[in-house]
Amino acid sequence: MTEPIASRPGDDVSTSAPDSDPRPTLAVWKFASCDGCQLSLLDCEDELLSLADAVHIAHFTEMSRATITGPYDVSLVEGSITTSADARRIRQIRDSSRRLVTIGACATAGGIQGLRNFAASGEYVRTVYAHPEYISSLDTSTPIAEHVEVDFELHGCPIDRHQLLEVITATLAGRRPVIAGHSVCQECKGRGTVCLLVSEGIACLGPVTRTGCGALCPTVGRGCFGCFGPAETTNTPSLAAHLRRQGMAAVDVSRLFRTFNASAPAFLDESVAQGGSLPVTRRVAFGADDPEEVS
Amino acid sequence: MTHGSHPPRVISVEGLSRVEGEGSLRVEVRDGTVMDVALEIFEPPRYFEALLVGRHFTEAPDITARICGICPVAYQMSACAAMEDACGVTVDEHVGRLRRLLYCGEWIQSHALHIYLLHAPDFLGCADAVELAQRDRVAVERGLQIKRTGNLVMETVGGRAVHPVNVRVGGFYRAPDPASVRALIEPLRRARDAALTTVEWVAGFEFPDVTGDYRFVALRDGDRYAIERGRPASSDGLDVSPAEFADLVVEEHVARSTALHARLEGKDPYLTGPLARYALNGEKLSPMAAEAAGRAGLSPVCTNPFQSIVVRAVELVLACDEALSLAESYTPPDPPALTLTPRAGVGTGATEAPRGLLFHQYEIDGSGIIRWARIVPPTSQNQLTIEADLRRVAQDAIELGDDELRWRCEQSVRNHDPCISCAAHFLDIKVVPS
Repeated sequence: MTEPIASRPGDDVSTSAPDSDPRPTLAVWKFASCDGCQLSLLDCEDELLSLADAVHIAHFTEMSRATITGPYDVSLVEGSITTSADARRIRQIRDSSRRLVTIGACATAGGIQGLRNFAASGEYVRTVYAHPEYISSLDTSTPIAEHVEVDFELHGCPIDRHQLLEVITATLAGRRPVIAGHSVCQECKGRGTVCLLVSEGIACLGPVTRTGCGALCPTVGRGCFGCFGPAETTNTPSLAAHLRRQGMAAVDVSRLFRTFNASAPAFLDESVAQGGSLPVTRRVAFGADDPEEVS
Repeated sequence: MTHGSHPPRVISVEGLSRVEGEGSLRVEVRDGTVMDVALEIFEPPRYFEALLVGRHFTEAPDITARICGICPVAYQMSACAAMEDACGVTVDEHVGRLRRLLYCGEWIQSHALHIYLLHAPDFLGCADAVELAQRDRVAVERGLQIKRTGNLVMETVGGRAVHPVNVRVGGFYRAPDPASVRALIEPLRRARDAALTTVEWVAGFEFPDVTGDYRFVALRDGDRYAIERGRPASSDGLDVSPAEFADLVVEEHVARSTALHARLEGKDPYLTGPLARYALNGEKLSPMAAEAAGRAGLSPVCTNPFQSIVVRAVELVLACDEALSLAESYTPPDPPALTLTPRAGVGTGATEAPRGLLFHQYEIDGSGIIRWARIVPPTSQNQLTIEADLRRVAQDAIELGDDELRWRCEQSVRNHDPCISCAAHFLDIKVVPS
C-alpha cells in the first residue's frame, strides 16, 4: 500500500505525513498530457492558499519538490495511458488512493494523442523519431478507467477550474460532485445565444457536447468543437445527418468528431459511421492487459 | 563502467519537480570531477507531427495548443503564422496588435507562475510556494495577483486561459468589445506595479557565481521587443527568415530522450528564452522595464543563468507595460480575421513562447490538408545548453553535500523554465558523486 510509486517525480525527497497533521491528503499525478488540467489547480489564484491550508498537498510535482508517501485521501489524475510502465504505475496509484478522480480529456477519453488509435501500428513513431527503437510506447492511448476503477471523471480540454474546486470539495466531504451532464446546446438556449447551426449553417457540436465551458465558442461566433466530450445523452446520428444535409462532406464530419475526445464512445461511433478508420481496439481480437510495445 | 577503486558519486533526481512535464537529471562525479550529466526526458511521446497529417490547416492552432497547457497561445500563434505564410498572406496591424495583447497575457501568466511558484522557492530554501507563503504570504499573493491578471487578459481576448478558443488562422473569431478590453486597464496597472516590486524582490536573492558561455538566439522585430513575430537572430551575427532558420536547425534523436536535441548549423548548442531575448533586444525594452533592469543591477548581457529570474521579472514589467498600452489604444480589428484560401506549399511560423523561440513548419496541399508538420519547441532547442549548464553548476558546487548538490542541480535546470510536456515531445534528474 505504501510502496513507493515507480520512479517518478519527487520520490527522492519523500517523507511520511506527520501523524499530527489532521488534514486530508491530496495527490496530483500526470500521465500523457499537456499539464493544462493540473495548471487549472494553480490557476485557482483566489483559492490556492486556502486550499493548501485545508488539505495537505502530498504529491504535486509541478508545484513542489516535497512529497509524502501514500496512502492518499484523494488522487487527481491527469493524462492518458500510453506506455506499459504507465499502465503499471496507475495500478499502484489506485492502490494508494482512497478516492481517484480523473481530470481532463486525456484521462477520461485518451486525449488528442488518442488519434494514434486510428493509425496503422508503428506509423506515428516512425513519422516523428529517427530511431523508433529508442522509443517505448504503446500503439494506443487509453483513458484511466480502462485500467483501474475511477470514482469520478471530470471532463474537459481543459477542465473548468470552478468544476475542479467543486469536485475536490465534494470528494473530501464524501458526497457526489454536482456537475451538469447536459449539452452545450441547452447552455446556449439558457443564455439566449442565437443558434449558429440553424441561423448561420456553422458546423457545431453543441447539441452532443457536454456543458462545462459555459458555451464559450458560440459566444464568439464559433461552432462548438467538442472539448468536453459527449453529453450524458446524445443523438450524434441526427446531428451528423443535419451536417451532411447542410453540405458538409462525410470526411469533414468524421474529422469534427475526432479531436480531443475521439475515443469517447459516442464520438468514436459517429466518426466511424461517417467513414473514419476503425480504432486498433476494434481491429484486433481481445488481447492481453499489456499490449505489445512499439519498438 | 567502474574502473577505479571507488564507485562514482551519483546524484540523481528521479523526477524533476516544479517544471512542466516529466523528466529526470543525473550527474556522475569521479574524484571530484563531473564526468557525465544527463537530462533525461521520459514524458511519453504524443506524436503531434504525425497526428497533424491529414488534418485541415485551420485545425492546427487548436490541435497544437494541446501540446502545452502552460503556453497554448505560443503554439496557436506559431501555427497561425506558419499557415498564413503558406497561404501568402499577412494579417493587418489591428489583428497583429490584438495577438500581441493576447500573447502578453500568456507571458504574464507563465512568468508569474515560474517566478513565484516554480523558481523563487529554490532561492529561499522552500520546497514550494505553500511553504514560502507560510513565511511571506504577501509575496506569494502578489505573484498570484499578477498571474490572475495574465489569465484575465487571455480570457478577455482568447475566451479561455488554458487553450483559448477565439484564435483562428487569419485572426480571431470575434474581436473583443472595447469595454471589456478597457476593463483590463486597471488590473494591468496594478499588475505592472506588482511586477516592478517583483524585480526588486528577486534582485535581492543570492545568486551562485556562475558564468555561462552562451550562443543566444531570439527573434528580432524592428524597434519592438519581439514576441509574436520577428526574424531569428543570434549573438554571433545570424539574421535570417524563419524559413531559413528552420533549415539551419538540425534535430538529433538520442536514446535518453523523447525530446529531440536541436543544434544550429550542426554546430554548438544554443540558448533561447529570456536571457537570449534580453541580450539581443534589451535596448527595445519599454522605458519602465529598462529602468527596472538598471535598478536591479543587470548588465546589458546577463550570462549568470541563476539571474534569469531577474530577467524574467523585467520581462514581466515589459509584458504588463505592453499589454497596458495595447489595451489603452485598442481598436477592434474589422474584419476580425482574413479569410484564407489554401494553396499548396510550405509555411513557417516563429514566435517567442515565454520560455523561448518556438517554430512550426507545415506543408499543405491545395485543398488545405496538412501533408507534413514539424514543431520545434524551446526546450528541445535549449536542452543541450541546459546540460552544459548542469555540468558547470555541478562542478562549481562539487564541495556541497549530496542533498544540497542535488537541489542546486535541480535549480540549475529550473533556471531555464523547461517545459517537458512541450519537448517530448523532457527530463529525469539523477546526480552521481564519487
